[in-house]
Amino acid sequence: MQRMLLASLAGSLLGITAQPALAQTQTGSGNFNPKISLILDGKYAHYSNDTEAEIPGFLLGPETEPPASGFSIGESELVIESNIDDQFHGWMTIALENEDGETVVAVEEAYVDTLALPYGLAAKFGRFYSDIGYLNRHHPHAWDFVDAPLVYRSLLAGQLGDDGVQLRWLAPTDLFVEIGGEALRGAAYPAGGDNRSGIEAWTAFTHVGGDIGSGGSWRAGLWHYAGTAEDRRSGEDIETGFTGDSRITGIDFVYKWAPNGNPLVHNLVIQAEAMRRSENGTVVHDPDGGAVASRYDGDQVGWYVQGVYQFMRRWRAGLRYDRLGASNDVANPAADTTLALLADDGDAPQRYSAMVDFSNSEFSRLRLQYNRDESRPDGQSDDQIYLQYIFSLGSHPAHQF
Amino acid sequence: MNRLITLFLSVLALGVAQPASAALKVFACEAEWAALAHALGGDDVDVYSATTALQDVHKIQARPSLIARYRKADLLVCTGAELEIGWLPALARKGNNPDLNPGARGYFEASRYVTMLDVPASVDRSQGDVHPYGNPHIQTDPRNIARIAGPLADKLAELDPAHASAYAQRYADFATRWTAAVSRWTEAAAPLKGIQVISAHKAWTYLYDWLGLDEVASLEPKPGIPPSGAHLQALLEQVRQQPVRMIVYAAYQDPRPIEWMTQRTDIPAVKLPFSPGGIEGTEDDLFATFDVTIRNLLAGLAQEPDQGAAP
Repeated sequence: MQRMLLASLAGSLLGITAQPALAQTQTGSGNFNPKISLILDGKYAHYSNDTEAEIPGFLLGPETEPPASGFSIGESELVIESNIDDQFHGWMTIALENEDGETVVAVEEAYVDTLALPYGLAAKFGRFYSDIGYLNRHHPHAWDFVDAPLVYRSLLAGQLGDDGVQLRWLAPTDLFVEIGGEALRGAAYPAGGDNRSGIEAWTAFTHVGGDIGSGGSWRAGLWHYAGTAEDRRSGEDIETGFTGDSRITGIDFVYKWAPNGNPLVHNLVIQAEAMRRSENGTVVHDPDGGAVASRYDGDQVGWYVQGVYQFMRRWRAGLRYDRLGASNDVANPAADTTLALLADDGDAPQRYSAMVDFSNSEFSRLRLQYNRDESRPDGQSDDQIYLQYIFSLGSHPAHQF
Repeated sequence: MNRLITLFLSVLALGVAQPASAALKVFACEAEWAALAHALGGDDVDVYSATTALQDVHKIQARPSLIARYRKADLLVCTGAELEIGWLPALARKGNNPDLNPGARGYFEASRYVTMLDVPASVDRSQGDVHPYGNPHIQTDPRNIARIAGPLADKLAELDPAHASAYAQRYADFATRWTAAVSRWTEAAAPLKGIQVISAHKAWTYLYDWLGLDEVASLEPKPGIPPSGAHLQALLEQVRQQPVRMIVYAAYQDPRPIEWMTQRTDIPAVKLPFSPGGIEGTEDDLFATFDVTIRNLLAGLAQEPDQGAAP
């Protein structure tokens, strides 16, 4: 938090001549107040299998459990954004979460980005969701399914958001070509743990995209992430620490179509992403003193493909398939420890999902989703049913691609 | 890793290796401003229209092709008044082009030059997707086009002083022809004065204001909220007691509520271009757009309600 304060302070100093904000009728709200929006997101969840949702061959990061069984309000998000002056724009997302009966306030995003750098450049600093992958920078309320794909859950603990700086360059071409990189604190999974100083993680990404005919558009991406972890803890209760290097390479693709490019009545979105992570270092399983350690050399892959079609005005239906695979080298797979779970890489965890949602307007959405989850150890399955509502109050949401 | 870096660099090289064109690059948010910029700029401008008349301008996404065009543009010409609020701010933040920022030289907002109608006294989302600055569909009144053409020609000349005299000349020519056309359309449309109509979406406020048409209801119960069966049923009762002469709609709108209505009544449905390109033959041509608008309205009026038959 203090770091972020420093970052924005440095930003305003860099602005040197802090001119008064420009009169804006289009991007602003017409006056000098920031735009504020509140997202209300709640669910009802039912699971046929109540064993812990572990995945064989993977050490899950923090906050990767499925939504709580029964009714829960999940995350309520408060977003405040505004142009700061002619050079800077600020954004903050505060999430109010309910964890075991206690309300936890988390700063999900707090960043400043530039408005007027030359040569097609843009910089961002503070805490933000990385631009790697397609789904990563979308907030959960903008997802087409209740839950994140398994590959996001297992390799990125849901989403990669960290403190740092980003630089992005857009080519002056008719074809969309964007290149960027991020230098990060390395506090977020799969980096994390103690002794964070300097740049403990970085990313590089490129996106290419364009239109196909009058109704289709596409974007493809390629990215890489590298980070170091020192005693990175897994899950909420598991006393497992990882120390070593983690690298991920990913590709992503999305295609959107609507008749004549008019999505009002019918539209289609197809997206797919794949990632491969390699980790090497040491894993320590330490429940109350009885520590067991092992060398660990991991190679994990995952992908998903999904399609969502709006079949009539306001109604959409979607299908998704998720798949994971691991090939880990664990020197000491001590029985009944997470080391054994990590070494258990013979399965192919997978999941099938189907959803239907209804949007009365751009500001409200109700969703029903069914998952056939086969990602637990020993091929156990789980039938999962979700009912979800997402409401957005306040300023108009942006239509991100 | 080296392979990755090579790939990043080759993408970079692909980006840089494109020749720059000399013409002023105009990014128009809507087809009417693309047509107007083209009429005033001729060969001195290279115009890209972000949307077509077949699309609902409220629902556009900041997709990659738009970001790429935004990045390259010298001038942005949009309606403004929050019509593009869903996507233009997102485009600006991804498009990395400070020349087009609000207030910058390359930012032209057409709605600044006209008098806005339907400005709500208060805004609340329970009223639907209302626009606090008033109804943004200003292009449906040709007198508004005339008000915007002058400032746009000035803007083109300001950004491209080398061709200032050409812009001034094209504007003078356009203004003369436009003034003549507006009086021709106004005269031809005289029988439409006071005629009661229903609209699919509250998109025609300026057109009705110009021609004196009387909008008795809208198929959408509230702007942006699709009509429910109950709302349509209530509307049906209303039109059976009122002499409604036509249902006015645009190409991009959902045809089904309109079909529902025309099947149950003998009121003809009249399709209008709304923007250049909305009906075949009106592409990139503001004159043709209003020719067809007036022609179709008069044809709709000519259909006797008791003869039924929608076009």
